Amino acid sequence: MKIENTIADYREALEEAPLERVAQWKASHPDKKIVGCYPVYSPVELIHAAGMLPVGILGGGNRLEIAHADSRFQSFVCSIVKSTLELAMTDRIGFLDGIVFHSICDPARNLGSVYKRNFPKLMVEYIHFPQNMTSPHTVNYLTAEYRRLLESYTQLSGAKADDESLRRSIRIYNEQRRLLRELYALRAAQPQNLSTVETYVLTRTATLMPPEEHIAILTEALAALRLRDEKPKDRIRVVLEGSFCEQPPLELIEGLEAAGCYILDDDFLTGWRFFTEDIPVDGDPVRSLAESYIKRSVYSGVKHDTRERKSQHLLDRVKETGAAAVVILAAKFCEPALFDYALYRQALEKAGIPHLYLEFEEKMWIFDKSRTEVETFVESMLFD
Amino acid sequence: MAETTKSTYQGQMHLLQKEMMGRYFERVTRAAEQGDGKAVYMLISGNPVELVQAFDLVPVYPEIDALQLAVKKAALPFILKAEEIGYSMDNCAYVKADVGLFLGDRKTPFATIPLPSLILCNYVGCNVYLQWFEHLAEYCDGEIYNLDIPFLREPSGKPSKADIEYVVKQLEEVIVAMERLTGKDLDWAKLKRIVALSGETGELWAKVKSLTKHAPTPFDAYFDSVTMMAPLYCLRGTEDGLKFFQTALKEMEEKVQMGQGPLPEERFRFVIEGPPPWPYLRTFRDLFSKWGAVAVASTYSTVGGLWEFGFKHDPNRPLESIAEHMLEWNVTNRNFLQRYAQIRRYIEEWNADALIIHSVKSCRLFSAGQGDMREYFTKDLNVPTLLIESDIEDPRYFSEAQIKNRIDAFFESLEHKKIVREAHAAAGGAA
Repeated sequence: MKIENTIADYREALEEAPLERVAQWKASHPDKKIVGCYPVYSPVELIHAAGMLPVGILGGGNRLEIAHADSRFQSFVCSIVKSTLELAMTDRIGFLDGIVFHSICDPARNLGSVYKRNFPKLMVEYIHFPQNMTSPHTVNYLTAEYRRLLESYTQLSGAKADDESLRRSIRIYNEQRRLLRELYALRAAQPQNLSTVETYVLTRTATLMPPEEHIAILTEALAALRLRDEKPKDRIRVVLEGSFCEQPPLELIEGLEAAGCYILDDDFLTGWRFFTEDIPVDGDPVRSLAESYIKRSVYSGVKHDTRERKSQHLLDRVKETGAAAVVILAAKFCEPALFDYALYRQALEKAGIPHLYLEFEEKMWIFDKSRTEVETFVESMLFD
Repeated sequence: MAETTKSTYQGQMHLLQKEMMGRYFERVTRAAEQGDGKAVYMLISGNPVELVQAFDLVPVYPEIDALQLAVKKAALPFILKAEEIGYSMDNCAYVKADVGLFLGDRKTPFATIPLPSLILCNYVGCNVYLQWFEHLAEYCDGEIYNLDIPFLREPSGKPSKADIEYVVKQLEEVIVAMERLTGKDLDWAKLKRIVALSGETGELWAKVKSLTKHAPTPFDAYFDSVTMMAPLYCLRGTEDGLKFFQTALKEMEEKVQMGQGPLPEERFRFVIEGPPPWPYLRTFRDLFSKWGAVAVASTYSTVGGLWEFGFKHDPNRPLESIAEHMLEWNVTNRNFLQRYAQIRRYIEEWNADALIIHSVKSCRLFSAGQGDMREYFTKDLNVPTLLIESDIEDPRYFSEAQIKNRIDAFFESLEHKKIVREAHAAAGGAA
């Protein structure tokens, strides 16, 4: 099948009902267990090594009506928290045996508790990621946290996970992440040959299937994409930031590019491509996974690394990619992204880098306004 | 319809609080204006103020500054200033008020706030803390240490051994940073004395709080507790702090003996969840007082520590004890279901008629998911529960008419049930 058709197929699945694919997989593998991972990052290797399938539970998209969850979470709480609850309240994720939440923000953490109370048959895990990146003791803490988690996962699966099986899982996900880094590098170098929607679809499929299957798709896609030879259009080159948790509708991403941007880098699905290099597989693999969180992970709005100033990261990324501007695409009511924006805005203004600020919700389905804003921004840059 | 009643009580405790907090803010101002003392910024939730006191550093709490601005109705200009430079309408207004203040001359009606010599981000539950101090560190290019406290997430509701060890190791690193800052070694004997003072202070506070089990309750466990929270946070580990709680306990015990409460008649006892609307505290209180309704317990008064369930700082294990306080013995580092259990315990042991949930937009740690909490208390436990919304800091989110209508409707219904119940009891008694 041509790569365009493959991507179109997955895109359709993602837009209609992404989790349908996971439900189908479960139907054909009734003995396998599945653990859902809430954003941003989760050490999926631990789930995989315990013999289960980790999948991304990334909100409800714009075809899910929120009819029950809004009585549990207030109007000022972001959409993904409510849609994730709605998915369970309307029995749309019955294929899950467990779900894991993380210390990314206060609503997501409380959501974990609400899940625990309302769905007692589901295993609900919670990972506290360290926010002290300078203490030499942090790695011991996170190693202990991962061991606790692995114990819980193996209890759920009934399988044993030794060092060797964890190393195998790390190797597989290393390969997946390596290919995703290649995909991103290709788009950064030749954005005319690979759109952001295509990049997104190829990345997001990672969250819905066994990594081996995704690796096969990605390998084939990369080979085909490298043969493309399009002429660059007259567009501005930007870095996109702020969508690390709730996911914007694909039409919105597409609209950004169509309105005159090449997106050289973004933070969509950042947790699924979380490391800048391979996780080492020599030595204690649990410790290696933990150490990589501290030493090899990308920066993120929900990781507070005092070793460097956060806004400097964004300025560096603009410089490294050669972008001319920044688009901040923040989820409505997302406190981490909204806070980051205040820092970014001041730093970008000081550095003389133009930026556009947009808010989105996963459930939005009218894009005219955002598109006009992007067009105006692009015009102001192209004809200035 | 109940007649309008306002509480007017101003006891010795309130006067002493005013005097002591005045002295605290003078010390803060001296550090700012005369360089007399170095400031360590910290957050309220379960903090290691004992270490700060042991080095004679000045604890400064941006939350208390934001709170004071709100109470004095001076917060809005600072909030607007922060919004002008990029903060969102939907960001925590405590942070915005503080950032607005920080980026100006840091002068307030109550103190001048010094720049930090150390930004000690005790991350105890609240994720916004991390953002807040990260921003301050960028603005002043100051030294920041993230003191990371693992959230309570195990089924036991307890911290693990690894959690405790992690926090103790970090406290040791904080000590090194403070030694560098002050140029002197930690005096362990002094730290132990301070930890002992904290232990005694916490124990007195727990005793004060258990007095609200009496009917009538001698004080309001929400509106009067906030008076006691300031010395608990700013003066814990000092002789002044201890003296304050000795005075408070004595005064409240006397009130119990005399059968005195904050209102002429106690008609309803409620438990309240969530932080107060600081800009309209008095207005808010009066909406309950007019119904003869008084708070007998509140989750907000356990933000800085949960001494009433048996915790006491132990001077013989100073760092472990500080770590346990930060990890386990405060409401903010406990998970949401542990908060349900805490409220349930209050309702049962403090013999309350109802639960009031004050949902504030700024603080999602408290508020996110309170609809589920209401579901649990009304459906599973059959506790009359009222959920009302406003804000802790931003005066734009307080709609008095709307809140009044909700509170009136709620207590009218409770009043009706009470009359019916009393009538039944009387009839049963006659038969």
